[in-house]
Amino acid sequence: MRLLGISGSLRRDSHNTRLLRAAAQVVPASAELEVFDGLKEVPPYDEDDDVDPVPAAAQRLRDAIADADAILIATPEYNSSLPGQLKNALDWASRPFPDNALRNKPVAVIGASTGMFGAVWAQAEARKVLGATGARVVDVELPVPHAEAAFAGDRLADAQLHEGLARIVDELIGATRTTTELVELAAA
Amino acid sequence: MATVTQQTAIPTGIWKSDPVHSSVGFAVKHMVVGTFRGGFTDFGVTLDNTDGEPRLYGAVHVPSVDVRDETLKGHLLAPDFLDGERTPEIIFTSTGIRSEGDELVVDGELTIKDTTKSVQARGTIVGPTESLGGDERIGIDLSTTVDRRDFGLNWNAKLPKGGLAVENAVTLTVRLELAKEE
Repeated sequence: MRLLGISGSLRRDSHNTRLLRAAAQVVPASAELEVFDGLKEVPPYDEDDDVDPVPAAAQRLRDAIADADAILIATPEYNSSLPGQLKNALDWASRPFPDNALRNKPVAVIGASTGMFGAVWAQAEARKVLGATGARVVDVELPVPHAEAAFAGDRLADAQLHEGLARIVDELIGATRTTTELVELAAA
Repeated sequence: MATVTQQTAIPTGIWKSDPVHSSVGFAVKHMVVGTFRGGFTDFGVTLDNTDGEPRLYGAVHVPSVDVRDETLKGHLLAPDFLDGERTPEIIFTSTGIRSEGDELVVDGELTIKDTTKSVQARGTIVGPTESLGGDERIGIDLSTTVDRRDFGLNWNAKLPKGGLAVENAVTLTVRLELAKEE
């Protein structure tokens, strides 16, 4: 079982990248979580560039998503929404439409912010965008507020948040099984 | 004092929907026991009765689908349901309008996800009356029920104790306040 983590933050000391490292610690032994490290290199989406071969960084993103069994996205929040580079990456990943790398892929969204709402609106927006791409969005959220004080090392300091993160990872892994059944039913 | 009563005569002229005081919605049985309702916020409907053969037509902008949950909105826009990325419009064009007693009956062609089917909607027409702004207004309420699978909205899921998550019969309802074009 391969989980791909995508942090919507490009910052070196990103709280959201750290949140994915915290998620990696609660992934069961039967699975592994790899954090995608090429988001910053993904160029602006341009249909003129979306031809064979697509830019290498965009192809790398698509391949990483295609190779994963499920995706865990951690997003910061800017202006009550998801950051532009994350949206841009999802636009690349959503093409060609509808048979893209995200189609029917189980995805969960979590997020951290230094404010008191924990990127909750960015998470909602990301779920909407992912749903529209055809991904199987797990209907959960994990707002991690006051991110600058939320971690002890690479672990969430708050026990409830830590348990919530573990539950979300479990649900995401569980979704890889139910997804198959849903797809078969839809095709029937 | 003037009163406005329900009628089935189609007033002459061109009438355009007032987007604030009109609604386009859908209702479908959910989890067997409930009724889920949603709608669209961006749409336009015209009643054209300038040559004695009234026509009612309209379009809905699919990405404006309006539900109370962003995850659900995304799923409704996905290819499982409305496929808003590739088919961003729902279109209706009437092929015949008539009255049966107090009821307004509209036959027409409904296009969802590039699939066109004949439907019959029933309801009422009220007015005209004069609005506070001085223009003439009429009200048209119509509804019809379609099988969403006819339009390729096939997604479903089996429930643990039997039944399906979303019923296939979907009731579409428009409640329109239309202003007469000067």
